[in-house]
Amino acid sequence: MALRRPFTREQRATIVYGMVAFVVIIVVLQLWLLTASMNAFLGGDDSVIWPAAAASVLCLLLNLGLLRYLARMERTRS
Amino acid sequence: MAQDPRSAIDPQINTPGREGLTGTAPVNLYARPPNREQVTIAPDGKPMEMQPPWRRDFPIDALQDQYVERRDFMKFLVLTSGAFTTGQLWLAVQNWWRRRRGRPETRRIASVAELPPGEAQLFAYPGEHDACIVARLPDGELVAYRQKCTHLSCAVIPRIEDGTLHCPCHEGVFDLRTGRPLAGPPRRPLPRIALDVRGDDVFATDVEWRTS
Repeated sequence: MALRRPFTREQRATIVYGMVAFVVIIVVLQLWLLTASMNAFLGGDDSVIWPAAAASVLCLLLNLGLLRYLARMERTRS
Repeated sequence: MAQDPRSAIDPQINTPGREGLTGTAPVNLYARPPNREQVTIAPDGKPMEMQPPWRRDFPIDALQDQYVERRDFMKFLVLTSGAFTTGQLWLAVQNWWRRRRGRPETRRIASVAELPPGEAQLFAYPGEHDACIVARLPDGELVAYRQKCTHLSCAVIPRIEDGTLHCPCHEGVFDLRTGRPLAGPPRRPLPRIALDVRGDDVFATDVEWRTS
């Protein structure tokens, strides 16, 4: 059985930097999705609305997953 | 400072030239090292003794400070992500509502006799607050569009002599024959009102939303 040690402060800082980088990319992607689907909606094109909504929900779940990982990391710190 | 009970045994014996003798080892030799996670590290990484007095009085751990800042920033970003998703779902609900309403009903909006070539007239379609413009081009063709500019919803003004519709708010210009943007900030064409001429009467039958 592998020994699970809490991360050090340096490790936690590195991990949170990496996660912030991921989340920034995902949020920018969501902003683009919202802009594009708003433009399509106002132009009467409704073919992209639901796929874009599903993609946005997926992005949010991914972000929430990362946040949950962060919370778990906080709980296991020494 | 708390005294180590062992230091009281023989503090004088650890004198120069007598190191290594029994009882001369430092009293904290076997003490537990401080928890590294609890050691405060200044932003420049130098020990606390080398820091200015104000920092020694109010020490803030640089690593921990960075970590908390990034963690809170990440929480804010996830909140933003939730707001974008909410907006996306709101758009989907609006779309569902628009489809549910279906096509607007056909309605008489003008008579051909009231619109000689080069003239324009306002009307409301499909709702009473949906302002639209019907114009008759110099060659006799009838065109109708919603009056809201596709940039920020200002009312567009027909300039039939120029063959354009002008938005005075941000100098947007649309082609009167097609409704497509020619200049200024608008990127989408004006929604076109489908017309049906029956005898002398002009009927609006539908609203055609367009992206290009």
